[in-house]
Amino acid sequence: MSETDKNLEARFEAYVAEEKKIEPKDWMPDSYRKTLIRQISQHAHSEIVGMLPEGNWISRAPSLKRKAILLAKVQDEAGHGLYLYSAAETLGVTRNQMLNDLHTGKAKYSSIFNYPTLTWADMGAVGWLVDGAAIMNQVPLCKCSYGPYARAMVRVCKEESFHQRQGFQVMLNLAQGTDEQKDMAQDALNRWWWPSLMMFGPNDADSPHSAQSMKWNIKRFSNDELRQRFVDMTVPQAELLGLTIPDPDLKWNEERGHYDFGEIQWEEFYNVIQGNGPCNKERIAARVKAHDEGAWVREAANAYAKKENEKRSKSATHAA
Amino acid sequence: MSSTQNEWPLWEVFIRSRQGLGHKHAGSLHAPDAQMAIQNARDVYTRRQEGVSIWVVPAESITASSPDDKEVMFDPANDKVYRHPTFYKLPDEVNNM
Repeated sequence: MSETDKNLEARFEAYVAEEKKIEPKDWMPDSYRKTLIRQISQHAHSEIVGMLPEGNWISRAPSLKRKAILLAKVQDEAGHGLYLYSAAETLGVTRNQMLNDLHTGKAKYSSIFNYPTLTWADMGAVGWLVDGAAIMNQVPLCKCSYGPYARAMVRVCKEESFHQRQGFQVMLNLAQGTDEQKDMAQDALNRWWWPSLMMFGPNDADSPHSAQSMKWNIKRFSNDELRQRFVDMTVPQAELLGLTIPDPDLKWNEERGHYDFGEIQWEEFYNVIQGNGPCNKERIAARVKAHDEGAWVREAANAYAKKENEKRSKSATHAA
Repeated sequence: MSSTQNEWPLWEVFIRSRQGLGHKHAGSLHAPDAQMAIQNARDVYTRRQEGVSIWVVPAESITASSPDDKEVMFDPANDKVYRHPTFYKLPDEVNNM
């Protein structure tokens, strides 16, 4: 690293440490840029792939109201993906590059979306737990040091709140329903609880990039801190539903003022990340299919734009 | 696929949240032309009545000041405190001036 770069980097670090924001054209270290491109594009991919497990239930929602709600939620997720792709593009990566990385399996997305949504109760559990965990992760990102990411996250968080609330309401209705419905809600909680805790990422001791991200004010709280907050927030909600969290070690710890909880099966987590989860192949195949089968729509839009442009220049010539 | 290899141009989206306020930058998106950019902006940025009017501007048409010129451009205003009303200490009697 040259002397100038070292100086620039020192200035950058001091600037960020003062809680000041970095904007697209400001100088930034390459590693900061790369970290953000990776994180923001993964985040965008998660929103886009996240549409698939729920899209699965749009045509089978139990009422018109629930169908409209689910459609709105999935549409929001598409929007969130688009805000985030735009934010990543301000760092110099192109949309095509990012889509290509997703479609070829080079890019990662949140491992939670590689689990199947087997029953309607999963729509409740996904909203309540998965979106709940996502919100816990995302709220601190509204204060991230990179301006475009922080601004995108403000929009995302505002919209995400309804996602969690509608999910909890689905769970509540089932939990207060027939025995079968209650069993369905419990079954969904059983299957989504642990994967939701994994959404916060590895334990702090095994999270090598965390320290740097915290120094850069990209990350504000450690994985374990956020996970603990999520558990503390969710346990009373499960009690309210009358459902049991599938963890025999879950217990209030008076001394710590937090819930203690059991050990996460990290082997499963890494296995899913490496592409061996129940739905990894299916998700990417569905995503690629949607992209390929949408090619004619993009071509039609191009053709239409060209025709409209020709019409305009023709009428301009006439006017002249 | 050839036509989709090249990316659609990038548009910056500005939204007037209600009558009486100015348009404010909301974000950006890709679209083949201005009309479709406006339609896409409606779906991407105003799903919850965030706007009553949309501007789209080709991102490449925007001329921006350079971050390197920040000091040259904006520092001269730093030491001109007398441009602010609080600079003037006046008798209490006229304090609402």
